[in-house]
Amino acid sequence: MAEIQIADTVDITDVVCPVTFVKAKVALEELEIGEVLAVRMNDGEPVQNVPRSMKEEGHKVLRLDANEDGTYTLLVQKNEE
Amino acid sequence: MAVDYAALKKGGFMRQKQKNNFSLRLRVVGGNVTAEQLAKIAEVAEKFGDGHVHLTSRQSIEIPFIKLEEIDAVKAALAEGKVEPGVCGPRVRTITACQGNAICPSGCINTYELAKELDDRYFARELPHKFKFGITGCQNNCLKAEENDLGIKGGLQVTWRESDCIGCGVCVKACRTEAITLEDGKITVDPEKCNFCGRCSKACPTDAWDTVSGYIVSFGGVFGNHIAKGEPVIPFISDHDLLMKICDAAIEFFARNANPGERFKFTLDRVGRDVFEKEIREVYENG
Ligand code: SF4
Ligand code: SF4
Ligand code: SF4
Repeated sequence: MAEIQIADTVDITDVVCPVTFVKAKVALEELEIGEVLAVRMNDGEPVQNVPRSMKEEGHKVLRLDANEDGTYTLLVQKNEE
Repeated sequence: MAVDYAALKKGGFMRQKQKNNFSLRLRVVGGNVTAEQLAKIAEVAEKFGDGHVHLTSRQSIEIPFIKLEEIDAVKAALAEGKVEPGVCGPRVRTITACQGNAICPSGCINTYELAKELDDRYFARELPHKFKFGITGCQNNCLKAEENDLGIKGGLQVTWRESDCIGCGVCVKACRTEAITLEDGKITVDPEKCNFCGRCSKACPTDAWDTVSGYIVSFGGVFGNHIAKGEPVIPFISDHDLLMKICDAAIEFFARNANPGERFKFTLDRVGRDVFEKEIREVYENG
């Protein structure tokens, strides 16, 4: 896959559900359509649910990578609302 | 005049501790009540009851403090708002359901349609003892399917479609049973671990899953004086008509074998779960 240009990064490991999703959503709102946000999140509930919530909001999930510290990074591309 | 309590109970009128007062149970299917019905229920509760209703543990509504001599007037008033009395006693009870896939994003089946269908098929059918159906839309089990004599839980049977997969890895983590592995761009699902929750497919950004919706049916749950969870016989039933045949077979088995006043679980224990399972498997295999 071609290199993905990351426009911004948000860390949601310091909040719990449902704020996780809200924090990611707010960060995404700052971006232009087509730009990619990297979201760092914890294992468990966030990684089980946040990617799906992004999809349900109509954004395009590109990849979910496991980080060495046990967290995950989700790359999501902003779509039109 | 001698009061026929059994007949009243059958008609949904539950005797209260207050002499001559009855709590009228209403017919509710799948937990849905229209605004029109609610308005009429409110009116009847004000006029004939004491101005309050009770929401029962199984999604019914009861109007307490109805007087014996006003029963016919109450029924007539309710009928104007398309509200009917429910049932109690030894028969098929209120069919309960969660919101299912008509409303809930997690839903795998249309619980309300199914509740209506089962209600049409069995409502108030006389049996040796009460018989409860409960329908829940997915593994989240908001409606607690296994508490019921016959519980139905919606599920999705999933098959990965390689051509649409971008290898993002979301499904691997969305799966709560760790049934999915992703290696070298290929997904494998361990059928031993998969519980048909459908979360992989619902989370997948490219919808790279073929899904078949179906039912996980459990038998013999009770949640009263005695507590036991219903257990399935067939892991997943994808055919709707077959589901109906299996429900028929379970009810027939109960009608044929149960002693009066015996819940399904105790019939299964006494007659033998293996005998029942054999009958259900036969229906499943031969239709
Ligand atoms: S059981 Fe599933 S479908 Fe039903 S309300 Fe709960 S989450 Fe939704
Ligand atoms: S249906 Fe549920 S349990 Fe089965 S693989 Fe998908 S996420 Fe895992
Ligand atoms: S979520 Fe979908 S696209 Fe991503 S790895 Fe799983 S099947 Fe492939």
